[in-house]
Amino acid sequence: MALSWMAWTWETAAFFAIIAGLLVVMALWEWRRPGGAQRRGILGLDTTRGDRLFISLLGSAFIHLGWLGLLGEPLWGAVALSLLYATAVFRWV
Amino acid sequence: MGKTENQKAWFFVLPVFVLVAFNALIPLMAVVNYSVQETFGNNVFFFEGLKWFEEVLHSDRFHASLLRQLAFTGTILAIEVPLGVAIALSMPRRGPWVSVCLVLMALPLLIPWNVVGAMWNIFALPDIGLLGRMLNGLGFNYNYTQQPFSAWATLIAMDVWHWTSLVVLLAYAGLSAIPDAYYQAAKIDGASSWAVLRHIQLPKMKRVLTIAILLRFMDSFNIYTEPFVLTGGGPGNTTTLLSIDLVKMALGQFDLGRAAAMSIVYFLIILLLSWIFYAAMTREEGRS
Repeated sequence: MALSWMAWTWETAAFFAIIAGLLVVMALWEWRRPGGAQRRGILGLDTTRGDRLFISLLGSAFIHLGWLGLLGEPLWGAVALSLLYATAVFRWV
Repeated sequence: MGKTENQKAWFFVLPVFVLVAFNALIPLMAVVNYSVQETFGNNVFFFEGLKWFEEVLHSDRFHASLLRQLAFTGTILAIEVPLGVAIALSMPRRGPWVSVCLVLMALPLLIPWNVVGAMWNIFALPDIGLLGRMLNGLGFNYNYTQQPFSAWATLIAMDVWHWTSLVVLLAYAGLSAIPDAYYQAAKIDGASSWAVLRHIQLPKMKRVLTIAILLRFMDSFNIYTEPFVLTGGGPGNTTTLLSIDLVKMALGQFDLGRAAAMSIVYFLIILLLSWIFYAAMTREEGRS
């Protein structure tokens, strides 16, 4: 099947590969420790590991957009901030 | 504690995964790919990095469309949810009129979106439309084709007419599920109708109202056909909501890269706001 209409670039392929990799890691994590590790965090929400990944990814997207809108490129600062944010989400949310 | 799940169930879910992949995931991936490139057609693309995202984030046109979209969604939610609950509360719970009311409420939902737009387009015309002529006859200066305020009022009236029924039906389903024992207990305690609403009906409707608000929020944020047929985004750009602006950019100007970047920002905003709504409501539910 010709995929030229999808206009792949290595950058976007890497982006989706990272997302797919995260999902695989989450699946393995769930396989090793089933149940989703549900808990109530500082936001007062009942979240599972999957919810925390979703919150991390969504927040990271906005961190990157905010960085791009306010400070422009490069985005290494946004990447570092997103990693910190994701760590905080997985630790406390 | 042993694991007893039957993994065969996943095979039954497989067709849904394939369907979602083809109608959502693959197109979304293509949009992400387009958003970092420029094309002049013929399947030839030039890498542009994050240029389109920067342009969209700094674009006054995008900010204005987003503001209009938020104003539209906020207004229709503020009208449709209380109105839908009020209508559901006033509908009969038993007897032959139940079916009549339910069918009447379901009717607007059965009409295709472009037909709703066309109906209101003619209905509200100031010279030949029933609504337009009536309002002008009553002394109002009404012309939705030329006045921004009239255009907005017509747009909101059309959406309220079309979609309040959805809130009514969901709220009615929630009300019907409340056991009679609650009402009997309230009667014994001498509770007023306000107290019944506040402490029995609204809490019991919370789940369906969460669904209703989320559905109406997402749907109104994506709305395209009805305003496009009614006003075409005019007069000027005053009713150009996000989706209309997006289509103008993607198909009118064939500016695929910028339109793709705008789509992604648009998608993320919907995702964020939907999640905030959902989280706020389930958090309340968890507390209670």
